[in-house]
Amino acid sequence: MNATVAMACSRVRVEEKLLLDAYARRGVEVRRVDPRALSLPLGGTHTDPTGTDPTPALQGVTVLHDRGISYGVSCHLLEALAARGIACVNTPDVVRTCGDKVLASLRLDEAGVPQPETRLAFSSEEALRLLDEELGYPAVLKPAVGSWGRLVARLNDRHAAEAVLEDREVLGSWPHRSLYLQALVAKPGRDLRVFVIDGEPVAAIWRHSDHWVTNTARGGSVSACAVEAELGELAVAAAAAVGGGILAVDLVEHPDRGLLVLEVNHGGEFRNSIEPTGVDLPGLMVDHVLAVAARTSAVLAGAATECA
Amino acid sequence: MPSCTECSAPLSPPTDAVEGEIVPCPECGTELEIVGLDPVALALAPEVEEDWGE
Repeated sequence: MNATVAMACSRVRVEEKLLLDAYARRGVEVRRVDPRALSLPLGGTHTDPTGTDPTPALQGVTVLHDRGISYGVSCHLLEALAARGIACVNTPDVVRTCGDKVLASLRLDEAGVPQPETRLAFSSEEALRLLDEELGYPAVLKPAVGSWGRLVARLNDRHAAEAVLEDREVLGSWPHRSLYLQALVAKPGRDLRVFVIDGEPVAAIWRHSDHWVTNTARGGSVSACAVEAELGELAVAAAAAVGGGILAVDLVEHPDRGLLVLEVNHGGEFRNSIEPTGVDLPGLMVDHVLAVAARTSAVLAGAATECA
Repeated sequence: MPSCTECSAPLSPPTDAVEGEIVPCPECGTELEIVGLDPVALALAPEVEEDWGE
């Protein structure tokens, strides 16, 4: 049984073009699925009595490579597709965990992966108490859901904290009622990203910036980093903690505690990491998806044989 | 040749353009999404939303 691979994405970034090209170089025709053009039955039968899928875009799809840019859309799309028996890379659980910093911190902590001192509060009053009595200043307030360093606020002192928290309370939507607070790590003008694919740390980069936010989306520059033992092991442990797959693990060097995991990205951007590392990241990602596709096809073929 | 939906400036999408790709207008800087390829059709790209990212 041949697998039909689909890639879910709406906005096509450089990364998605590189992935499409990697599929093409392997002679794999990947079907693009734009969630904006999709509707899905929830409940009832997924196929009519003739075996026709009521969602033509998904006809015959056995594996979906998620490259959606919207966390909310990806969460629901992948849940709905997994319920139809479509293998998703990454899985719905992994995406839901990675896209929510609260869930990710819990999973990392359960696995014993070191991370910055982190607290969760649900009111400005309690957040201020935590900052005054436990975390100290400077600290960082991050939206539980969000990316690219957006709305990440450095709280240098109580006055800054009061101002930012009031802004979130008055102007923020309901996700901003969960206040994810971290002690600021005095990093040496850089942090790290390790790409982990199917449990293997395949490449790592330093992200440099004079600004305390080092995201490349915010202008940070990139250089290659050797994936040495401790770094690789920690990144692999972090990836495993959230469920594994194709992941980008962000880490920071703490002056006393050593390497800490900041977050794990389920849809990591990699356009700036290929040239400095010399690693064919899109090729490795596509190879992993195709390996999942082969395994899925083998399982489906086995099931079909048993039913025959 | 396709043109910007905002300022009507002519645009030359990349030869390997795909649907869903974003191209900036060289005149006004507006982000445009390629919504069709044959012929090339452009629409105002959606604004970045709070849950977008990696």
